[in-house]
Amino acid sequence: MTVLLATLLKVLVIFGCLISAAGISTLAERKISAWIQLRRGPNRVGPFGLLQPLADGIKFMFKEEFVPPGKSRFLFILAPALAAVPAMMSVAVIPFTGRIAEIDGTPILGSVADLDMGAIFIMAVSGLGVYGIILGGWASNSKYPLLGGLRAAAQMISYELSMILIILAIVAMSGTLNLREIADAQNDHTLLGFLPAWNVFLQPLAFVLFVICTFAETNRHPFDFAECESELVGGFHTEYSSMKFALFFIGEYCAMIVMACLTTTLFLGGASVPFWAEAPWFIGLGSFVFKAAAFMFLFIWVRWSLPRFRYDQLMALGWKVFLPLAITNIFITGLVLAL
Amino acid sequence: MPTPYTALFILLGIVVGFVVLVTVASNLLGRKRQNAEKDSPYECGMDSESPARVRISIHFYLVAVLFILFDVEALFLILWAGSAEAFNAAGHGALVFAEVSAFVAVLALALAYVWRKGGLEWDR
Repeated sequence: MTVLLATLLKVLVIFGCLISAAGISTLAERKISAWIQLRRGPNRVGPFGLLQPLADGIKFMFKEEFVPPGKSRFLFILAPALAAVPAMMSVAVIPFTGRIAEIDGTPILGSVADLDMGAIFIMAVSGLGVYGIILGGWASNSKYPLLGGLRAAAQMISYELSMILIILAIVAMSGTLNLREIADAQNDHTLLGFLPAWNVFLQPLAFVLFVICTFAETNRHPFDFAECESELVGGFHTEYSSMKFALFFIGEYCAMIVMACLTTTLFLGGASVPFWAEAPWFIGLGSFVFKAAAFMFLFIWVRWSLPRFRYDQLMALGWKVFLPLAITNIFITGLVLAL
Repeated sequence: MPTPYTALFILLGIVVGFVVLVTVASNLLGRKRQNAEKDSPYECGMDSESPARVRISIHFYLVAVLFILFDVEALFLILWAGSAEAFNAAGHGALVFAEVSAFVAVLALALAYVWRKGGLEWDR
């Protein structure tokens, strides 16, 4: 019973943190973009504009809702939910920290669910997000959203392939699909006597490919053809307003957060602290959040620094560069492991 | 005794509850004042001349088919990746790797064929 209560509390805290982090990320995006462009950014609501996400949320609630007339009303309402739910669910297997406590002999671990097939779970669930986007584009009964949804779907499935192959190379190295064990496997020895054995040092090519794939997977800037305001107005969410639009937005930011956490887990040793193997769980949690936040900053930094690709360049990059490289990477990994 | 899946379903309940709650709440709280102009699809102020469900480029279909092909490849590789270490420990590592390489080589050949045939060119 105590274990069940502790689990419930843990799940609630992680969900609350995810939603808050998504809100804070929207503010960070606007603040950092403002600094990059020598502006001030939001600074009216609360000290330094810190309450801006809350104000935005309330405003979304009270905005008029638009549902296009026609037969696809149900799908139109369903699509934002289908985009947001998988993005929020995929956080379940991320091991934020090590063992927090032990109740009646049952360890309380730093993830929602310590699944043995965690890597498969996160690939499967985060892949479901594409349904919400393509369905939203189709159900809008408008041309721009349809094109945006199709582009997003083609882009996401193209880069998902390379991403899965890269994850599998890491899985083959670690010998497990459990994300907590993958993170732990990077911390039980050192390279050359001083470097922590993080996969970023063992698999540098995979790391670079993976980070770029996460940009394409979450439809972030150099690859944001789903929105592409200069060509498609707002892309798949052109016709969406009110909280349904906000759900797409929350889903996108949650997906970014999960991808940042996944990169941390797979390549940067998860919650480990270099040279301090016995760090208590809250130090590990701080270390994890720091690493993941660095990737979130990278997401924002890149968005406001680079120009957008052209769509055919994007598809060529995915199929002609990333897929062969990912296959080569898994081949070399297998070869080294077998020898 | 809660298994990991208990926590997973608790999270699913919270997430679905949150999504339904905010959707319904914004529906109840927001104002509604519809008219024919507002209901028309957005096309930068132009009147819509044709229905939105136009024919789409065949490239999207080709990408989807290729994705299924290579995704199934990845699916088989999951089995190998998860058990590679165990095979190596049992001394069958080289044999299993040779088999997997043959499988991947066939699909790499398929990718080369599609590439040669121009299936990956977007602007044709």
